[in-house]
Amino acid sequence: MSHTLSSQAPAALGTVVDEETGKRLLPRRRRSRGTLGAQRLPRSYRITNVILTIVLSIGGVAMIAPLLWTFSTSLKTREAVFALPPQWIPHPVVWENYIRVWSAAPLASGILNSVIVSASVTILGTVASMLAAFAFAKLRLPFKNVLFLVLLAAIMIPFPTIMIPQFSMFAAAGMVDTLWPLILPGIFGNIVMVFFIRQYLATVPDSIIEAAKIDGAGYLRIFFTLIFPVIRPAIAAQFILWFMAVWNDYLGPIIYLNSPEKQTLQLVIASLNMTYASQTDYPLIMAGSFIALIPVLVVFAIFQKQIIESVALTGAKG
Amino acid sequence: MTTTSTPRRSRLHRKEHRAALAFVAAPVIGFLIFVGYPLVFSVFTSFTKWNGLGEPIPNGIDNFIEMAGDRYFWQSLGNTVYYMIGIPIGLVLSLLLALALNRKMRGTTFFRTVYYVPVVSSLAAVAILWQWAYNGDFGLVNQVLAIFGIEGPNWLQNAATAKPAIIIMAVWKGLGYSMLLYLAALQSVPGHLYEAASLDGAGAWAKFRHITVPMLSPVTFFLVVTNIIGGAQIFIEINIMTPTGGPEFSTASIVWYIWQKAFNYLQMGYATAMALVLGVLVFIVTAIQFRLNRRFQFAID
Repeated sequence: MSHTLSSQAPAALGTVVDEETGKRLLPRRRRSRGTLGAQRLPRSYRITNVILTIVLSIGGVAMIAPLLWTFSTSLKTREAVFALPPQWIPHPVVWENYIRVWSAAPLASGILNSVIVSASVTILGTVASMLAAFAFAKLRLPFKNVLFLVLLAAIMIPFPTIMIPQFSMFAAAGMVDTLWPLILPGIFGNIVMVFFIRQYLATVPDSIIEAAKIDGAGYLRIFFTLIFPVIRPAIAAQFILWFMAVWNDYLGPIIYLNSPEKQTLQLVIASLNMTYASQTDYPLIMAGSFIALIPVLVVFAIFQKQIIESVALTGAKG
Repeated sequence: MTTTSTPRRSRLHRKEHRAALAFVAAPVIGFLIFVGYPLVFSVFTSFTKWNGLGEPIPNGIDNFIEMAGDRYFWQSLGNTVYYMIGIPIGLVLSLLLALALNRKMRGTTFFRTVYYVPVVSSLAAVAILWQWAYNGDFGLVNQVLAIFGIEGPNWLQNAATAKPAIIIMAVWKGLGYSMLLYLAALQSVPGHLYEAASLDGAGAWAKFRHITVPMLSPVTFFLVVTNIIGGAQIFIEINIMTPTGGPEFSTASIVWYIWQKAFNYLQMGYATAMALVLGVLVFIVTAIQFRLNRRFQFAID
């Protein structure tokens, strides 16, 4: 969707991915870590390391504490939330909030809606993006660079600037309060993804493709047999980032979705928060929020390396 | 030879053009329908009075005149600019973090992950938990402050502390991202630059000032540009943490105000005009930064 597009978009502005530095990034680190044990570092260097480790640990606690606090609150009774001094470890531990929350808010339909939107946008949008990237990088087309620059410049347009006309378009089509306004703009592809795959394709020699063309292979076949295997890692990384961005989207859904059972997960927990804050049922709200956090945290835990590498690549211009 | 090969080549080219056109069609069509057309339409709507249901009624520059005298417009715009104080704070902190994690030290990978967790967490959930953390009586923030004998305010209910509270949260959320970009850039600074400087007798500070900072300037530029574009659109935090725009309208951002006017008051014409002004402002600021950056890099050369 163009909203996610514009919020992710800046990633491409003025960035030229330096393939060489990008590739060197991790192996170099690994090598330096390998020498860590063997090589004796100067004493002052080691003392600084100890101090820094302590400072970084305190900072790390500050990064994680709010999330742990959420989890801890979600296991408390409503009374225990207001206990003084505060309980860091809930006593008694109650799991009941995690059962109650499913009937307190349409959490299940929220998850389903989020899955439908994120999966359809990212799967269809990725197919559109990678074919476009292939054409922009390797095929002959008059004015293709001008076209690409126009598309790239468009990501500077803030979503709020176009959201009202977009809304009236979808309203005229009778699509308000359905998932379509969130899905349709996204399936035409994501220019940020096009940008990165195009950049990645610059390393593939043209001669391979020229040879295939002379042999009379169709362009789709060239793409799937020659190009796709090469760009698969780049696609995977961009796919995960895009999926998380769509999953976490909020402004798009809040404009279009009204009925509770149509809402995406982010909206469901936001309205859960609105409803139950006045009843001071914080454990229930925190249980809902924690459930909403789990999917992205799991995805991050699994694909940590790809995510970190591809983000690092975003800014690698040197 | 040439007479036979030329038609064949042009036929091949035409076939290639057709295929390329088909492949780029999706993003181009998507752009025309979902960005191009709405953009043109929003310029038109800005000069109308429109409730979103009926026909827009042209009213000249009335919307812009109203805007000039709208206290809430200026205040929400001012709040949005105020939030950007968080940008330099975040950049300095993330650079320090990246410098620390770039050392030969155990646990850097672990810390990198820990500092990145808030970045991937959904902003809606994070805003909800920070709203709770800022609770005056039982929130995490004040409980931590109490350990040091400080009695914290009721952060979000207080016009003086609401904006700083949101800035702190935003810095917390975005720190890991800038850190990662700086770390990647630090690792790509060629080592021989530092070696040469050491031979010339440069100290650690001189090396940082004259090698590290200039070498990182493309990343800094990128982060400043993207943070300003993103910061101009701050909405989710405001909508969740202070649903009414905060005490004395102190937290309302410009996008929050536009959204409120468009979808709660159905003043679509006026809201579109404000959104257009926002778009133009973002464009101007970005253009200025690109110009300054060019001159700055020129100076380094």
